[in-house]
Amino acid sequence: MISTNYIKLLMMSFFILVLTFSCKNESKTATTPNSNNVGTEATEKQGQAFIADDGSTPNVLQIAIGSPDHTTLVAAVQAAQLENALVNAGPLMVFAPTNEAFAALPAGTVEDLLKPENKDALANILKFHVTAGNYSKDFLMKFKKLGQANDQNTTVEVKGEDVFVGGAKIIASIPAGNGIVHVVDKVMLPPSE
Amino acid sequence: MKRNTYLVLGLLGFAALLTSCGNGNQGKGSSGALNSSNAEKVYVAPGEHDEFYAFMSGGYSGNLTVYGLPSGRMFKEIPVFSQFPTSGYGYSEETKPMLNTSFGFVPWDDSHHPDISQTNGELDGRWIFINGNNTPRIARIDLQTFETAEIIEVPNSAGNHSSSFITENTEYVVAGTRFSVPVPQADMPIKDYKGNFKGALSFISVDPEDGRMDIKFQILMPGFNYDLSHPGRGKSHGWFFFTTYNTEEANTLLEVNASQNDKDFIAAINWKKIEEYVNNGGGTKMPANYAHNVYSDETHTATSTMVKEVLTVDPTKIPGAVFFLPTPKSPHGCDVDPSGEYIIGNGKLSADLTVHSFDKMIAAIEGKKFDGEAYGIPILKFEDVLAGTVKSGGLGPLHTEFDGEGNAYTTFFISSEVVMWKLGTWEVIDRKPTYYSVGHLMIPGGNSRKPFGKYVVAMNKITKDRYLPTGPELEHSAQLYDISGGKMELIYDFPTHGEPHYAAGIPAELLAPKSKKFYKLADNKHPYATLGAADAKVVREGKDVHIYMSTIRSHFTPDNIEGVKVGDKVYFHITNQEQDFDVPHGFAVIGANTSELLVMPGQTKTIIWEPKQVGVWPFYCTDFCSALHQEMQGYVRVSPASSNIELSWSLGD
Repeated sequence: MISTNYIKLLMMSFFILVLTFSCKNESKTATTPNSNNVGTEATEKQGQAFIADDGSTPNVLQIAIGSPDHTTLVAAVQAAQLENALVNAGPLMVFAPTNEAFAALPAGTVEDLLKPENKDALANILKFHVTAGNYSKDFLMKFKKLGQANDQNTTVEVKGEDVFVGGAKIIASIPAGNGIVHVVDKVMLPPSE
Repeated sequence: MKRNTYLVLGLLGFAALLTSCGNGNQGKGSSGALNSSNAEKVYVAPGEHDEFYAFMSGGYSGNLTVYGLPSGRMFKEIPVFSQFPTSGYGYSEETKPMLNTSFGFVPWDDSHHPDISQTNGELDGRWIFINGNNTPRIARIDLQTFETAEIIEVPNSAGNHSSSFITENTEYVVAGTRFSVPVPQADMPIKDYKGNFKGALSFISVDPEDGRMDIKFQILMPGFNYDLSHPGRGKSHGWFFFTTYNTEEANTLLEVNASQNDKDFIAAINWKKIEEYVNNGGGTKMPANYAHNVYSDETHTATSTMVKEVLTVDPTKIPGAVFFLPTPKSPHGCDVDPSGEYIIGNGKLSADLTVHSFDKMIAAIEGKKFDGEAYGIPILKFEDVLAGTVKSGGLGPLHTEFDGEGNAYTTFFISSEVVMWKLGTWEVIDRKPTYYSVGHLMIPGGNSRKPFGKYVVAMNKITKDRYLPTGPELEHSAQLYDISGGKMELIYDFPTHGEPHYAAGIPAELLAPKSKKFYKLADNKHPYATLGAADAKVVREGKDVHIYMSTIRSHFTPDNIEGVKVGDKVYFHITNQEQDFDVPHGFAVIGANTSELLVMPGQTKTIIWEPKQVGVWPFYCTDFCSALHQEMQGYVRVSPASSNIELSWSLGD
């Protein structure tokens, strides 16, 4: 779906370029009020996240995209345009709340966060689910706290065999090409400062 | 949303059609992704020259590459810390001493941060310095010859990373250790690191006349990791700033253990104060052993001298010389703006940039407002020195450069972008993606008092799909942004060689007129030079055979040599007689276990050949020098060790 739109966009851009170039001798491209919008739109779907690569070990984003239990998370990442931040060399540790975890939030919360005007707030929450690092659940037991990508800290608690990060329990872990995805049962809400 | 986009695009296309075939009388200030003039901005027509030279470190190649901007054309690779097949650097007898160290001959290093010499805080284009990271050394490259002129080893250092940055009159080139180590080195348990290891920050003086380097003093700092550094300039001239991490002093699993403290430090060093202290007899001379290698353009030969002593300084003995500025999240880049007021620490695990104020730092020092100390070094209060925080919205800031127009540009590794922001207001003005995972960036003169703020070059670590796939190993990718319009516009990308950790750029007009075209044969003081074909000869000294050989288009003198025996050590000393720009000659002899040579006009270069088999063996010129290049050849007759054949040589007999 994304790629189809992207191709359409590219084709349209190309069409315009052809028109623009067609009379190059006489022309300097005109400034139009919308040209910046076009530039922004064109860059949104560029970057490492949009490279076709079926051969490499899936990265944390690809793992999330491939999981039927994480469609809400993926939609949120896309709405916040954080795709490219999740595909770099890392290492990245992503705490991935399930659809159920999102559904447990007060009614209307997710819908609100997905609104364009709340993009920054959404990005902040999502970045609170990302650590620069790559630690297994067992190794995480050594930690008391983790520094998250939104610049806030979160807690690590061990209860018996279970590890809770920011109050959310790790229920599964999937190693990724650029880190690890820990599936968690709750959405971790950043502490208010 | 999408539908709107298509509508906008459609309308825009229509508008473009209307305007682009108009009367050719458009306004200025065009911008945006549809700008068709990007190609023109980077196009340097055949025979035209680029506006800037960009010197990019080679990273794991150990060398330095030279590119043109805006074209992205690579002009040269300058061998520095690694043997180089193209010219025989590090293989020829004359250049082997350049790679000598206290560890013996080191054929390959990791080169990092080039910096061009300055006068009054502006680029003067005399030399460029670069650090060898692995076996700690600093090199000076002469920008008249684009050759490595000098390499000095740095003792008591390990992982020479916060280097090689220069003060604003090139008084010093500074080399800081990344790894703290026992000083002096000692056999001790690794776990006893904390409190016992030291981090040496070395101030290497540069002779204002000939550029000759000398370690003036080393400051033995607490055992942190010293990551990057930059000099104060303008009002902060006389100070030097180093980012630190691992102030926890962990010796294992640093990715966890070095991230425990919320803040590490930027170390502010008043080097003028320390210079005064050592000039008055302060400091402790300590036994050491490090190589100082100097190349001479007259003898075309390098010499390596071992130095046995270094002057060390205990910073706690000099009140007011060193302070710590708390800086969040394991700061990496440490950059100072052109005015010298702002010191920027990029917390690499953070979203934000921390900007310290030099004026506030001085006020806090004068007011003695300290927040404790670390190993006797006063810590200033974060709030007292903080000028501002850039809320970037990016992830993983690494390095910052300046355009001289009040703007700063910071790379973000994790979010793969360059963010442009305003000094003083800390507002983000623009951001552009990079392809992909950017490390360093460079604006020509971007770390001086006078940047040339026309282009930003982003040096990306990852290439992925930017070019045709050529196997698992890909050249890194650089991206060129035009910043002349008050925003960033991506106009070009090009591959770079090795891994550029930082670069330094300078207007070509400051270098090109001074470039040396060839070496004067009359000035050649090489002990084995052949200054004219009449002087060519072969001399036996026991088992050593010295062949004094000259080259000119298109023959060697001599080209027939007899009387060489199995077991001899044959020295080919080749002197290029040409006195003409860009006419090198090459030399290769069959079965050479050393290398080939490339000899510049007026130069003498030497390789050793140890023939192991009887026979008549050819040698030839490897550089297509002339129309009769293929005729430029000769033979050496090699006889058995017991042979009585007299040594003889000839040309055209």
